[in-house]
Amino acid sequence: MMQADLTVILPEIVLAVYAMLALIGAVYSSRDDLAPALVWLTTAVMAGLAVWIATGTGGTRIAFGGMFIDDGFARFSKVAILVSAAVVLVMSQDYMSRRGILRFEYPILVALTSVGMMVMVSAGDLMSLYMGLELHSLALYVVAALRRDNVKSTEAGLKYFVLGALSSGLLLYGASLVYGYAGTTVFAGIVQTVSQDDLSLGLLFGLVFLISGIAFKVSAVPFHMWTPDVYEGSPTPVTAFFATAPKLAAMAMLARILYDAFGGISGDWGQVLALLSLLSMFLGAVAGIAQRDIKRLMAYSSIAHMGYALMGLAAGTEFGVQAMLIYMAIYITMNVGTFAFILMMERDGRPVTDIRALNLYARREPGKALAMLILLFSLAGVPPMLGFFGKFYVLRAAYEGGLIWLAVAGVIASVIGAFYYIRIVYYMYFGDEGEELDTRSSPALWGALMACAAAMILGIVNMFGVEAAAAAAAATLVN
Amino acid sequence: METVILFGPLVGAIICGFGYKLIGERAALWTATGLLFLACLLSWIVFFTFDGATQQIPVLRYIESGSLATEWAIRMDRLTAIMLIVVTTVSAFVHLYSFGYMDNDPQWKEGESYKPRFFAYLSLFTFAMLLLVTSDNLVQLFTGWEGVGVASYLLIGFYYRKPSANAAAIKAFVVNRIGDFGFALGIFALFFLVDSINLDVIFGQAPELADTRLTFLWGEWNAANLVAFLLFVGAMGKSAQLILHTWLPDAMEGPTPVSALIHAATMVTAGVFLVCRMSPLMEFAPQATAFITVIGAATAFFAATVGLVQTDIKRVIAYSTCSQLGYMFVAAGVGMYSAAMFHLFTHAFFKALLFLGAGSVIHAMHHEQEMTEYGGLRKKIPYTFWAMMIGTLAITGVGIPLTSIGFAGFLSKDAIIESAWAGGSGFGFWALVIAAGMTSFYSWRLIFLTFFGEPRGDRHAHDHAHESPMSMLIPLGVLSLGAVFSGMIWYGSFFGHADQVGRFYGIPVAEAAADAAVAHDEATGGEAAEQGHGAAAGGEAAAAGEHHAAFAGKPGEGALYFAPDNHVLDDAHAAPAWVKVSPFVAMILGLAIAVWFYLVNPALPARLAENQRPLYLFLKNKWYFDEIYDAVFVRPVIGLGRVFWKRGDGSAIDGFLNGVAMGVVPFFTRLAGKAQTGFIFTYAFWMVLGIVALVTWMSIGGGAQ
Amino acid sequence: MSVSVFAFYLFSAGAIAGGLFTVLSRQPVHSVLWLILAFISSAGLFVLLGAEFVAMLLVIVYVGAVMVLFLFVVMMLDVDFAELKAEMARYMPLALLIGLVILMQFVMAYGAWDANAAAEGLRAQVISADRHNTEALGVILYDQYFLLFQLAGLILLVAMIGAIVLTLRHRTNIKRQDILAQMYRDPAKAMELRDVKPGQGL
Repeated sequence: MMQADLTVILPEIVLAVYAMLALIGAVYSSRDDLAPALVWLTTAVMAGLAVWIATGTGGTRIAFGGMFIDDGFARFSKVAILVSAAVVLVMSQDYMSRRGILRFEYPILVALTSVGMMVMVSAGDLMSLYMGLELHSLALYVVAALRRDNVKSTEAGLKYFVLGALSSGLLLYGASLVYGYAGTTVFAGIVQTVSQDDLSLGLLFGLVFLISGIAFKVSAVPFHMWTPDVYEGSPTPVTAFFATAPKLAAMAMLARILYDAFGGISGDWGQVLALLSLLSMFLGAVAGIAQRDIKRLMAYSSIAHMGYALMGLAAGTEFGVQAMLIYMAIYITMNVGTFAFILMMERDGRPVTDIRALNLYARREPGKALAMLILLFSLAGVPPMLGFFGKFYVLRAAYEGGLIWLAVAGVIASVIGAFYYIRIVYYMYFGDEGEELDTRSSPALWGALMACAAAMILGIVNMFGVEAAAAAAAATLVN
Repeated sequence: METVILFGPLVGAIICGFGYKLIGERAALWTATGLLFLACLLSWIVFFTFDGATQQIPVLRYIESGSLATEWAIRMDRLTAIMLIVVTTVSAFVHLYSFGYMDNDPQWKEGESYKPRFFAYLSLFTFAMLLLVTSDNLVQLFTGWEGVGVASYLLIGFYYRKPSANAAAIKAFVVNRIGDFGFALGIFALFFLVDSINLDVIFGQAPELADTRLTFLWGEWNAANLVAFLLFVGAMGKSAQLILHTWLPDAMEGPTPVSALIHAATMVTAGVFLVCRMSPLMEFAPQATAFITVIGAATAFFAATVGLVQTDIKRVIAYSTCSQLGYMFVAAGVGMYSAAMFHLFTHAFFKALLFLGAGSVIHAMHHEQEMTEYGGLRKKIPYTFWAMMIGTLAITGVGIPLTSIGFAGFLSKDAIIESAWAGGSGFGFWALVIAAGMTSFYSWRLIFLTFFGEPRGDRHAHDHAHESPMSMLIPLGVLSLGAVFSGMIWYGSFFGHADQVGRFYGIPVAEAAADAAVAHDEATGGEAAEQGHGAAAGGEAAAAGEHHAAFAGKPGEGALYFAPDNHVLDDAHAAPAWVKVSPFVAMILGLAIAVWFYLVNPALPARLAENQRPLYLFLKNKWYFDEIYDAVFVRPVIGLGRVFWKRGDGSAIDGFLNGVAMGVVPFFTRLAGKAQTGFIFTYAFWMVLGIVALVTWMSIGGGAQ
Repeated sequence: MSVSVFAFYLFSAGAIAGGLFTVLSRQPVHSVLWLILAFISSAGLFVLLGAEFVAMLLVIVYVGAVMVLFLFVVMMLDVDFAELKAEMARYMPLALLIGLVILMQFVMAYGAWDANAAAEGLRAQVISADRHNTEALGVILYDQYFLLFQLAGLILLVAMIGAIVLTLRHRTNIKRQDILAQMYRDPAKAMELRDVKPGQGL
């Protein structure tokens, strides 16, 4: 039995064992210049795992007495997580090496946080969910403060840690309430006790606390406050990482718990999510306007985008889950590209994050400016780009789910939010003459930027098959 | 082959327009021109080898949406074949002509590359026009229709540094929109009624439409009449018929080759083509065709009167075009589509010739267009002079009365006037005859003012007047041939006896009595008609054959459709001799007056204008159409627009949006910024607040007991 | 009232009081001491439940090790709690209001504690009496909760790595003890004996 269980979690085991072996090897060789090689090795391992999972057998397999579920939904999420983590890791290497903050622990921590995320999306039990969440969070707290000599980075790590602990507390409290009322922590058991006609208030409270704890992770309003500070303070590659894989993992985990454990009361959690979605969309759009720092701006951008993704979930339908997955996949791609660009922003070798530094950038670097323009338009949801289709999916899901008011609000919020994306475009193409940025670019960053921008255009053909994959994944989760 | 004809010009336009930097300017121009000559050659081959049977050549899947499913296909019938040669021939020679005319244009600075753009527009226009004439369904036709509109807009406004050219381009576009709106409504109505936009389906159901009633606006209408009327509104715009004619004279702001190609020979005849193309429908819409006749005749008359007093050489020809188009509509209106097409065909040659000749004069006179500045140019530019003479002889209709020997215009114009008489439209007939007289007057006036008398105006310009280069003279020569012979060669096919015409257009001809004698009689009758234009013998023969050979066939069979009760062709042949001679007499009168006014007694016109000042001004100002439109439509609309702009858009919408964008949103932005204090406990506090709010909401609104 | 029931109330009251005063007491050291009381009370509750092993674990690990560490930390850091409290006092009314609201709701929710009918059947089995504590724990940890146990291990590993990453510094310009070098040091190479005559320097 144990052997069968282990086969199910083999990808996680491989990654964890790799991380430990790499750690031992790096420590014993005690050479810090090993780090770049380790980055590439970790990338290769994660990419290999992604391919393995993607091409692996279908079907739903349950291990460890229901604590771990390996189904289409989990596999879709895992592939997205591993790929985006690997890409961000590659993007970090050059930036961090040149600033002397690339330590061999970094790729190992990213690998371990990826293990955590993989457990999160596969969790079939409140306990394994929490374990995955903590494994992933703890590693993130550390990498946020990776630049330990920098006050802002340390502050970011600390803030993230303290508030993360609070959110974990909320989550645990909710879990304990659910355990108390449902008598079990296994999702398959909880779902039997949760039904519309026999729902106790305590259980509902438990659900609300659970959602709140996870909402912190996806940085939904009002649990978003950490996001701008942490995004700004962390080293930029780490910010890029924050903005991509963990968001998808948390979102997928939320979908997992809502459907697997609370599928019977989608009307109740639908309301909660709709409210969070509404607040996130508007706050992300409105507060972003004041930002001059592009990393803070991306923080608000991600808050707004999470609002849209939540809108898909709030619909409470299978199509809604599909829309959320598509939205997240597109969101990750857009963010990888945008952060690749941000990582290239530097003057005299020092990173610059003020958007006014982009003045007339298009004159010097027309190619990169165009790619950024495509990504920004996509983020804003301008029609020919893929970002529009992501929004279109969630809006349709909301509409079909009866949340017309939310869809209308989403459209209004996207109009407001478009302002700050297009303002960057304005600076790049029509701004005033100012101090110029360096034109240096590393091949990895340049490639990531161009590939993501191209995907925004080419993806409208068939979304590279993501649409069908997301539909299949959603089908395995909902029913 | 048809596909090559259709897409050759498009390829030329693309290569020339986008690739000239790559392959060089000369190569680009020659590519476009060469492709057009190829298309022209193929068109003539198609025309001569065409057997009259309608065929469809599918090109690609076009539109599929609900029950609207259609292919993009080339409809190949006689009508298309005629239009193909008209369009490609004129276009090819205009391309060639432009080499000379557009050289060293004073509108452009040294080193500016404007010619590839011009040639690309010309080729693009040709493609759109071919698309229009080859279309197999109404939407495809509409695409070409709008395509030529765009090309026309671009070419009228080609001298975009001249404000007047821009204004003219916009005017042409806007006025055409009014017509196109009617056209589009017609297409919608047809789709609504027959659930298809394919011509074959529409033609097949045309008889039923005649019995259908349709509610539109405030009343109930006969469907066929309504649709025919709406389609004609489109034709009115494109063919510059009265009410919607104002754009055509202004369109002369474009370069002269453009005027020749678009605003004389091809695009403006699209309306006529449309009416002929829809003949199966028109035949079932008596009121609509009556309206067409009246409008056509009125236009012919009106435009001729205005043409009498214009002094700009191109404007004279423009009004002449307007007037000739009126002739064609009269022919179509009385049911003699074949005559309309005949005039369209011959008119293309002599009007293009006149325009290109005028262009040659303008070229010689350093872009001076006022005829008052000309005079005595006969010696300076002899080839141009002779070409213009041929064109004038053709347009005024010089020929030998009661025979079919004469210049192209003689045959086709007389055919129309006879048809008008036979069609029973008295107003049409008299209006056209008077217009013919006036046509003669202003055409000769143009010749006399330009080529005879003493040189007037700038001496320097006259001293340096020079004959145009060969690239401009060759087109003049070729078109002259057309102007002289096209009428005589194809008279029988267009306006001969019924079975000859029927064979030409692929229309089945019923033989009521099938005995050999009558058949023989018909045959001789046909020959007679061919030889003796309007001769008594021909008339008798036609009369004899009248009841034996009538057009038959269902609507949609053959290129044109004549209802069984449509005897206009035979009646026209049987018209009395005075009817047949009347246009000739009018022409002689016009010529005589012109000679008297401008050769014998050159001071007279000025005195006359002085004496009859109100009338003169009335004509000079084009019956005050522009002024009336300006007062009735343009100013009120501009005023209304201003109100909407300032009050509606500026104050209400912008005000509201600016208020939200600059007041409300920043307020919340500041608020959000203030909430972001940077202190952990604030953040934690917000989280707790959120939890409390959610829990409260759930305990009140949640689904728990 | 039987002894066990009396003990339950006693320990429960101790745990609640301990928790309450941990938060309320002004002196951080006192807080830690109150926390120790809460832990010991909890350990007592575990004993009542028949989970002696966990109870002992709590006392030894938490009280004996963690709390003592806490005491040291608190004493050494000398945090000025008064200042923090002053800052917090500004928000006190609002915080109290919110606390009141949430308390009311919890009362509402828990006042009518009705678990779902199916919940009873889903509860985990109490371990049988013939199995002793450690064995039962072993079965749960290494068998039933194997995955969670391993994940917990990974979490601790990450915590360890994190602590090292964020605090360890390799200084290159300081001297370190090299034991091997010390051991293999050859007096002959390191020393030289000189005979110094009185009244003369070298």
